[in-house]
Amino acid sequence: MSVVLVFLLVVIGFSFWWLSHQRIMSKPWLESGVHTAVPETDASGMATEKVALGVFLAVVGALFALFASAYFMRMEYSDWQAPPLPRILWLNTFVLMLASAAFSCAVRATRERHIALTRLALSAAGLGTLVFLAGQVTAWRELAAGGYFMDTNPANGFFYLMTGVHALHILGGLVALGRTTIRAWDPGAEPKRLTLGIELCAMYWHFLLLVWLGVFVLLEGWAGDLVTLCRQLLT
Amino acid sequence: MVDATHRAGGVIPPAEVPELELYHPKSWWTTYVFSQDAKVIAIQYAGTAMAIGLVALMLSWLIRLQLGFPGTFDFITPDAYYQFVTMHGMIMVIYLLTALFLGGFGNYLIPLMVGARDMVFPYANMLSYWIYLLAVLVLVASFFVPGGPTGAGWTLYPPQALLNGTPGGQELGIILMLVSLILFIIGFTMGGLNYVVTVLQGRTRGMTLMRMPLTVWGIFTATVMALLAFPALFVACVMMLFDRVLGTSFFMPALVEMGELTSHGGGSPILFQHLFWFFGHPEVYIVALPAFGIVSDLISTHARKNIFGYRMMVWAIVIIGALSFVVWAHHMYVSGMHPLFGFFFATTTLIIAVPTAIKVYNWILTLWRGDIHLTLPMLFALAFIVTFLNGGLTGLFLGNVVVDVPLSDTMFVVAHFHMVMGVAPILVIFGAIYHWYPKITGRMLNQQLGLFHFWVTFVGAYAIFFPMHYLGLVGAPRRYPELGGTAFIPESVADLNAFISITAFVVGFAQLVFLFNLIWSLRYGKEAGPNPWRATTLEWQTPTTPPPHGNWGDERPVVYRWAYDYSVPGAPQDFIPQNDPWPDKPLTRPA
Repeated sequence: MSVVLVFLLVVIGFSFWWLSHQRIMSKPWLESGVHTAVPETDASGMATEKVALGVFLAVVGALFALFASAYFMRMEYSDWQAPPLPRILWLNTFVLMLASAAFSCAVRATRERHIALTRLALSAAGLGTLVFLAGQVTAWRELAAGGYFMDTNPANGFFYLMTGVHALHILGGLVALGRTTIRAWDPGAEPKRLTLGIELCAMYWHFLLLVWLGVFVLLEGWAGDLVTLCRQLLT
Repeated sequence: MVDATHRAGGVIPPAEVPELELYHPKSWWTTYVFSQDAKVIAIQYAGTAMAIGLVALMLSWLIRLQLGFPGTFDFITPDAYYQFVTMHGMIMVIYLLTALFLGGFGNYLIPLMVGARDMVFPYANMLSYWIYLLAVLVLVASFFVPGGPTGAGWTLYPPQALLNGTPGGQELGIILMLVSLILFIIGFTMGGLNYVVTVLQGRTRGMTLMRMPLTVWGIFTATVMALLAFPALFVACVMMLFDRVLGTSFFMPALVEMGELTSHGGGSPILFQHLFWFFGHPEVYIVALPAFGIVSDLISTHARKNIFGYRMMVWAIVIIGALSFVVWAHHMYVSGMHPLFGFFFATTTLIIAVPTAIKVYNWILTLWRGDIHLTLPMLFALAFIVTFLNGGLTGLFLGNVVVDVPLSDTMFVVAHFHMVMGVAPILVIFGAIYHWYPKITGRMLNQQLGLFHFWVTFVGAYAIFFPMHYLGLVGAPRRYPELGGTAFIPESVADLNAFISITAFVVGFAQLVFLFNLIWSLRYGKEAGPNPWRATTLEWQTPTTPPPHGNWGDERPVVYRWAYDYSVPGAPQDFIPQNDPWPDKPLTRPA
């Protein structure tokens, strides 16, 4: 369970750091008046949607950290045999990186009100994501064709499970991307709303790229090597 | 007093955080059924939770029928008994307590107490309830499928949960249970995001974090914990579903069943236990922290005194929340682990008693020399303190490895967890309903019926669960439908079991009186007025009672003080509402 504990340590550390900036040492029983950090309320100036997405990403992070924890614990058993990873995963990783980069471009373009460039970048990101998903399906079919089915070994099971859950999250993101894309083509759309939508999508995609890199490292078996190395250093 | 007004001049600057644009319902359906108003959603959550809770109550009667009078009722076979126990436990912990505290009280109280008009994402909030309802329906459906619901115990430990010998193991029971849990978690995440972000972003002017009532602190921290802990249950459920449906071996070891080798092999049941309890232990505090918060407010209001050590109370809530993630393996002492791990988890378990004890001391010091009104909410709050203390102390026994090992499979554990996370939070739920019912409906609950309900429930709960400690100490095992003629178990155990069962039926019926009171008072209760308890927090200061959609009329309230200004020397009344600028003048808006 060490992976999820490290993840929690980060989340709790961040929460405590944030709390320490919220006047938790104040003595509310001694004050009266409208004291607030910002004049109106001490809610953060960040858009509410972004805060919500941040909290949601913490939940998604916990989910994948738990899968990783389970992966490490299960791989200790003698029947574990990791499948050979399809080479197409490298291509998929590259494509997802491109999609993420396209989102970065889209964010810059929409902030500078370059509507044509925004549309181009959004389309590129969407297309890249679809290619990534198609690539993942190809990887699944390749594994299945090689006889590496879900129930033949727990390592295969984890492969399908983790890539599947990751793909489901991407699909959920595509719904949001679809709505944002429609807005980008709507001439009457409010530019601020559009910018926010694109920023949210970008944040989500960057995070899912990070998660994918983590999953990929795990499935490639490098994470196991890393753990062994750490253990040797410690003992 | 320190004047903490941020800008001098007595003028409110224009809002930097815009007011929420509320969706205003146009039809009966969108007002009362598919409502996006957090208060309606709260009542829907609470109603559904109480309805399914009644099912769990009836299951507990069936369990007690068997334990009190073994061999008398033919329809309670061992299989049926295990199904009753499983469903009773799962419903009470997840579908009643979690849903009622977070979905019910969270939805009703958070927006009102922080001065918001609604949750920040009302649509997701509505979806949250409907997915919860779907989860409940899937759970109920498992009673009606061939083989009935799962009888694996509420912890659903593999491998037995998926085997032929367990009711529902090779039928639909376990599948429906897992699907229902997965749905519950998805629905909860939607609601949970709302509760957290509303507290972070939706507070009105002047409502700093350290001015929030402890109820909001409790629900907020519990929700953050739930958002981080439920994924563990999600992972466990998904992997178990794969083991059951797709034939994987995440948890299932190789084993021979009825003379035949199963198709599984090599899986790790311990892995499931780790995942389950990584959720399961925080779950205890997900239920307890809202109860802590609510009880603090009840005690302060009904003792007309500020809460003792507010800052300490807030810190204790947050620290308990963080610590509760590193104690999970104390549920697994008997599963076998490295002795050093046992030592580590015993230590963290005992450390968590420190912030918890701080809270208990602070409640008692709040009562000390307070003007205690023995109203119904106060009675329930007092009952909670003793019950929680009681359950907490037996927790110290069980937190130690050497004491836990002999006690682990006895009725002592049943007594412990029913006291600490069954009876104690339920008492708070009752106290809270008696306290906030006047705001929700505009009428008071009947006092006489309430007193009857309180005394029967409180004394009865002790009559039920206190003797179970002794049953456990003499070695009566839990999970057994029938004790039979075991040599070391004295005959008096059977008598005690019969006594407990009869008390349980009486206490159960007292809950029907409570339900009757809820319905009867809706129409015939005394008119409550806007603030019958003369409380300071914002929900009692709404312009209309019950508050309409949007809560606050034209303007959201401005908060000038913390939530506990009771009996302030020199003040015109013995309480000063949070939105009362006394002794200053209210801020005015610029023309």
